[in-house]
Amino acid sequence: MKKIKCALIGSGNIGTDLIYKILRSPVLEPVWMVGIDPESEGLKRASSMGLKVTAEGVDGLLPHVRSDGIRIAFDATSAYVHAENSRKLNELGVMMIDLTPAAIGPLCVPPVNLREHAERQEMNVNMISCAGQATIPIVHAVSRIQSVAYAEIVASLASKSVGPGTRANLDEFTYTTSDALEKIGGARKGKALAVINPAEPPLIMRNTIQCLCDDEPDRVRITESIFSMIAEVQKYVPGYKLVNGPLFDGKRVAVFMQVAGLGDYLPTYAGNLDIMTAAACRTAEMFAQEILDGTITLTPAMPAALEEF
Amino acid sequence: MTNEHKGRRVTLHDMCLRDGMHAKREQIPLEKMVEIAGALDEAGMPMMQVTHGAGVGGNSLQHGFALASNEEYLSAVCAKVKRATVSVLLIPGLGTVKELHSAYDCGARSVHVATHCTEADTSPQHIAYARKLGMDTTGFLMMAHLNDPDGIAQQGKKMESYGAQTIYITDSAGYMLPDDVRARVHALRDVLNPETQIGFHGHHNIAMGVANSIAAIEAGAERIDAAAAGLGAGAGNTPMEVLVAVCRRLGIETGVDVWKIQDIAEDLVVPMMDFPIRVDRDALTLGYAGVYGSFLLWAKRAGEKYGVPARDILVELGRRKMIGGQEDMIEDTALTLARERGLLAA
Repeated sequence: MKKIKCALIGSGNIGTDLIYKILRSPVLEPVWMVGIDPESEGLKRASSMGLKVTAEGVDGLLPHVRSDGIRIAFDATSAYVHAENSRKLNELGVMMIDLTPAAIGPLCVPPVNLREHAERQEMNVNMISCAGQATIPIVHAVSRIQSVAYAEIVASLASKSVGPGTRANLDEFTYTTSDALEKIGGARKGKALAVINPAEPPLIMRNTIQCLCDDEPDRVRITESIFSMIAEVQKYVPGYKLVNGPLFDGKRVAVFMQVAGLGDYLPTYAGNLDIMTAAACRTAEMFAQEILDGTITLTPAMPAALEEF
Repeated sequence: MTNEHKGRRVTLHDMCLRDGMHAKREQIPLEKMVEIAGALDEAGMPMMQVTHGAGVGGNSLQHGFALASNEEYLSAVCAKVKRATVSVLLIPGLGTVKELHSAYDCGARSVHVATHCTEADTSPQHIAYARKLGMDTTGFLMMAHLNDPDGIAQQGKKMESYGAQTIYITDSAGYMLPDDVRARVHALRDVLNPETQIGFHGHHNIAMGVANSIAAIEAGAERIDAAAAGLGAGAGNTPMEVLVAVCRRLGIETGVDVWKIQDIAEDLVVPMMDFPIRVDRDALTLGYAGVYGSFLLWAKRAGEKYGVPARDILVELGRRKMIGGQEDMIEDTALTLARERGLLAA
């Protein structure tokens, strides 16, 4: 079967883990990896796995986009350089899956709104954050039953699974995730907290989701909605597991989740890495399927449209 | 003994209106905070920290909601205080630079940017931003007993490189003994620039707050956190009125009035306590097992709710290596223990 060719930008934890996920995909093929440090472990590994690599950033990829038929690019660099990467690649008709907190395109949580984005043929979709991918489905599962005044999530991450980019820009993680709890989760107000725990052996990613409903929660319907949502996420992240809850306490609904990864690049404790890369991969697959079916066509952005940036 | 300290000067920083919020379940009334802040200022306290126990951004289900917003507390306190510098706490991952800026606008001029003792590299944004605002900026290494002296030195050096002017050894679990404190102060002194100050923030869970603070000063620390009447998480912070008295006996200059600080502790702080701040068995468990101090009240509450002793929850949290900020894991642990013990349906 024909596969859609992809480029990975950023050779850190996320970019490297993505290679494994994409290699398994029936509709995607990893062709290029872009970094900025020729000595980075990610680039070396990508090269050994048969990908073409450049250490000259996105500009090193651009001359090859057409000749190598790249249609989808995953950006796992930083919020600061994403807009420019996206502009250059969209111009060549490459669709962007943004794994940085830049969020210049619409926010995407696959079981909640992926289909809408594919239907609209978005050229840039943002994957929010690992915590967002792990918690927004649950908030949505509550808010689709009854209104949620406030949603608060706490993501506990193993120190070894949090790369330098996230560490240096923790606020962007907080802002993007909080915003998405509202926009996609459906809470009127959202708040995201992150805790980085250095315990050895590393702890598996944990997420606590708490929703304050406007009215007394309908326990039966909310429980059912949460269980069916967990099953949806498990389709692409098998290690997404309920530990405790749903707990009902007045208007509060609390859910305690654990996310174990597949152990592709980092060990299984790094569920945060997996849920992000698996969600990005699933998103790309939906677009790839539509491209293969001919239902969507990626068109290069018109130069005149550049002024919008 | 006295002579070697004679003329040493340390800057004391009162915590009863910030760390004390933990012990008050964030329920210190605005007027009370202003009254105590005014009295501390009057007593010559050079620095005081206020607002939510978890600092800027702290109001949450995870950490509790205070009676007033941080901005309301800060604005009212800063309007009252004439001489002291008013500070805030910022824990990256919880608080953000937006909230720090808002605190600055309300009058805060100093900040403790706090990370777990191995995660200093989550603080560069916040430390740099605080310096840009012109704030007196501290890098605050929490749960410092969980990193050895060399590790603390490396983490402190990182924070200094981001712009921190003071590096604190923070004994959040009240676990350290004087030798642990000395070793960490010496290790920091060896690597930090001469103009960078060293601070110590103690808790009294095994009643070592004052002794540890003096050990820190002996080893070269120039800033010490303590709280009037010890009002703070766990068995409280180092009791300020005791520390001031001990410093006076040793000839260490603090600028704080020995009698006025006693009166504040006795007349203003003790009467508002919800329970005596003392080394009870649960607080002692924190200090003995090295568990984050602010977990205490949450563990007691979860214990009552699910029928599991708070001490068992605290020991389990210690075993699972939970750190500051993971208060959600208290209810999670209580639920799991209750289920294992047949107190809840599986």
